[in-house]
Amino acid sequence: MARVVVDVMLKSEILDPQGEAVLGALPRLGVNDVKSVRIGKRVEIEFDPSVTNAEEQSQIIADQLLANPVIENFTVSVLSEDAV
Amino acid sequence: MSARIGIVTFPGSLDDRDAARAVRLGGAEPVALWHDDAMLRSVDAVFLPGGFSYGDYLRCGAIARFSEVMGLVRDAAGRGMPVLGVCNGFQVLCESHLLPGALVRNAHLRYRNRPARLRVETAATAWTNAYASGAEVVFPAKHGEGRYVADEATLDRLEANGQVVFRYLDNPNGAMRDIAGVSNEAGNVVGLMPHPEHAVEALTGPSTDGLGVVASITAYLNEGAAR
Repeated sequence: MARVVVDVMLKSEILDPQGEAVLGALPRLGVNDVKSVRIGKRVEIEFDPSVTNAEEQSQIIADQLLANPVIENFTVSVLSEDAV
Repeated sequence: MSARIGIVTFPGSLDDRDAARAVRLGGAEPVALWHDDAMLRSVDAVFLPGGFSYGDYLRCGAIARFSEVMGLVRDAAGRGMPVLGVCNGFQVLCESHLLPGALVRNAHLRYRNRPARLRVETAATAWTNAYASGAEVVFPAKHGEGRYVADEATLDRLEANGQVVFRYLDNPNGAMRDIAGVSNEAGNVVGLMPHPEHAVEALTGPSTDGLGVVASITAYLNEGAAR
């Protein structure tokens, strides 16, 4: 079975207000050494066992739907290779 | 015959009825379009209303882009049909690559719900020709993901081409260069975050400035019919 993980992150030049809000809360935990926090999405995809081109299909899914190339970058990682 | 303006209802659309009402008050004929029907019902123009299509899951407008009706809207827009996207409709147009840029979370992370003062930067679009360039209008803004972003080269190109259509006078969300609305190069596709369809009656809106959008599209379509 092919399991694929797609990580989607805002591009570095795009302000991430969620990350900023988390960063702003850290001193309240007593954590003062953090320079920046960026928040992204992790998407786990499980393919049918018969699929042979899971990585290729995942690239399409990530490029056309999971990430918006105007503001986000993505990486595709195949977790289990057996059916890929 | 009055202009037929199609108004698309997606699952989660909220402002489709107000859009229809505004179109009617402006003297055009609203035509209901359904997201899952690949039919444009002989409309002359399309209005994508605000709301939370598909629950705003993944990104605002990202799922709506793949609906049945959007394939037709994309083709029709490419042939010059006027398309307006307001709020979520603007997000759908950006996600569909019919407009440049993207709309992301407001810089202050809060939902903003108040009238927005805007400047109409260009009257050279299908949806703004009834305004004077530089006119100030007040439309309600209500959004959590309305901050317009694009890379610097794209922003420069938009400015140079006159594709910045509406600009905030009091930027409510951190939008780059105070951009509230943009058009495509041809000027037939326009998107903006604030809601002209909520500014059509003194009783319920902060102004009646939104009627200018309907007047614009009506004039644009009549001119086309006369050509």
